[in-house]
Amino acid sequence: METNAINRESRSERWRAYKRRPLSLLLRLAVTLSAAVTVFVLVTLVAYILIKGIPNLKPSLFAWEYTTENASMLPAMINTLTMTVLSLLMAVPVGVCSAIYLVEYAGRGNRLVSLVRITAETLQGIPSIVYGLFGFLFLVVACKFGYSLLSGAITLAIMILPLILRTTEEALKAVPDSFREGSFGLGAGRLRTVFRIVLPSAVPGILAGVILAIGRIVGETAALIYTSGTVAGVPETLMGSGRTLAVHMYALLSNGLYTEQAYATAVVLLVMVVGINALSAWLAKKVSAKQR
Amino acid sequence: MTVKRHAERVRPNARQVRETLMRIVFLVTACISILAVILICIFMFANGIPTIAEIGPANFLLGTKWKPLNGIFGILPMIVGSLYVTAGAILIGVPVGILCAVYLARFCSKRLYRVLKPLIDLLAGIPSIVYGFFGLVVIVPLIQQLTGGSNGKNILTASLMLGIMILPTIISVSESAIRAVPESYYEGALALGATHERSVFFAVLPAAKSGILAGVILGVGRAIGEATAVKMVAGNQPILPTSILSGVRTLTSNIVVEMGYAEGLHREALIATAVVLFVFILLINLSFSALKKKEG
Repeated sequence: METNAINRESRSERWRAYKRRPLSLLLRLAVTLSAAVTVFVLVTLVAYILIKGIPNLKPSLFAWEYTTENASMLPAMINTLTMTVLSLLMAVPVGVCSAIYLVEYAGRGNRLVSLVRITAETLQGIPSIVYGLFGFLFLVVACKFGYSLLSGAITLAIMILPLILRTTEEALKAVPDSFREGSFGLGAGRLRTVFRIVLPSAVPGILAGVILAIGRIVGETAALIYTSGTVAGVPETLMGSGRTLAVHMYALLSNGLYTEQAYATAVVLLVMVVGINALSAWLAKKVSAKQR
Repeated sequence: MTVKRHAERVRPNARQVRETLMRIVFLVTACISILAVILICIFMFANGIPTIAEIGPANFLLGTKWKPLNGIFGILPMIVGSLYVTAGAILIGVPVGILCAVYLARFCSKRLYRVLKPLIDLLAGIPSIVYGFFGLVVIVPLIQQLTGGSNGKNILTASLMLGIMILPTIISVSESAIRAVPESYYEGALALGATHERSVFFAVLPAAKSGILAGVILGVGRAIGEATAVKMVAGNQPILPTSILSGVRTLTSNIVVEMGYAEGLHREALIATAVVLFVFILLINLSFSALKKKEG
């Protein structure tokens, strides 16, 4: 706030000013209080889960096989990894290629561009439970995939598609036109320009979007319960049912007998998400530093 | 020269083929999201609409009794439940969120901002199931103690939890809206003798109105669509709530609770519930994009 530096006033002066203008004082208090409440809630949430959860992180929770006694979360972690890789494999190429079309190929005022944008917005707004039911009706029942990792991954891929599309679009738009002009000027075709010049400089931005998408995949429950099912083990093939860590936690809570294990799972989920967030923020920072 | 160019046009070389081919590939992938929306609409409506017709639109949408075992499917309690819980979340989350955004954008020092901003982003990244868990183990007992006697799973609890959940959405959208207001608004107000607070609240904030409203609408979408977390703290009784302390079932939790064992018409009715939710969300989205258009 550079303006504050100009008319800096002492604390006593400020208090006198507030005394004359009670409304200003009130507004300032309200604003500060709200920020304090937000921070308080967040810190309480994180601290509570860490304090209650860390003592519950026992080695038996990371056993290879899930049994009703150990309620191991390792199979769920493996499933989460599989699910993430599988969804990204589907969503990232499609999302990136669509964004390339929208930014690099489609002309200005192209009808398709606005249509894709509207659909992406629509997809982004659809609640995950609706995705879950759609996946159930379309993949589990109509395509006969059954409750399987594959059904879950396709559902999630559709869910994260708009996120990847939007972030890639932004990243491509941020690449200066001079890069493209230079490449064209040297005789490169459009395709070569896209893959050799534009895409490499947009990679950090795209990655930031991908990592956000990973965060969504890791945290998703409602879209997966009725698509990938709630079997606690690691399935032998992608056509088998298996639950991710978030669904595992949901199952533990629904069961009601595994509160301690749920605390521990919450810690692992929280740590994963914090890590993912930090990575995404770091990448985004790198992007903006580069642009400047 | 002209001859050569003509020859190229007739017999395209490998590079041109590749260019055209990839152009088509990009075009096709761009159409996938359109296809996805169409598929989702077809599958939801094709499954839901006939069911609503079979039960009778009035019986389904306005029926106050949900007794799947007796073949009575009225989802009015769930619609009302969703509306109450969402309204509660807005009442709690919106004022705090907007004020917090004002604080971040206009009141806090740069050093504090560098700490607060990542914290808010973290809040946005926490999975909803963790919020639900927090609601279950912290907010539910708290409400239980405060009200005495009740089981603590009610509209108030769900609203509180959802209010916390939508905070980061509202904060980050509102903050960027406030930051987008030209500095001259603030400076003009200051120059007219207004205090810092008055300038921010009566010159800057009104100018950011539509952006903030967009954030609120996004938050509403998140609150009304949340399923698993709400299921854990709302009590899930499929009856019309009588007070803020009675348990409710929302449209989303109705699906999560019963889909696992539902069969036949019962299952169809749950899908129809999702269709109603879907229509709600589409309406919210429409108003969101209308707002954006107005802004842009």
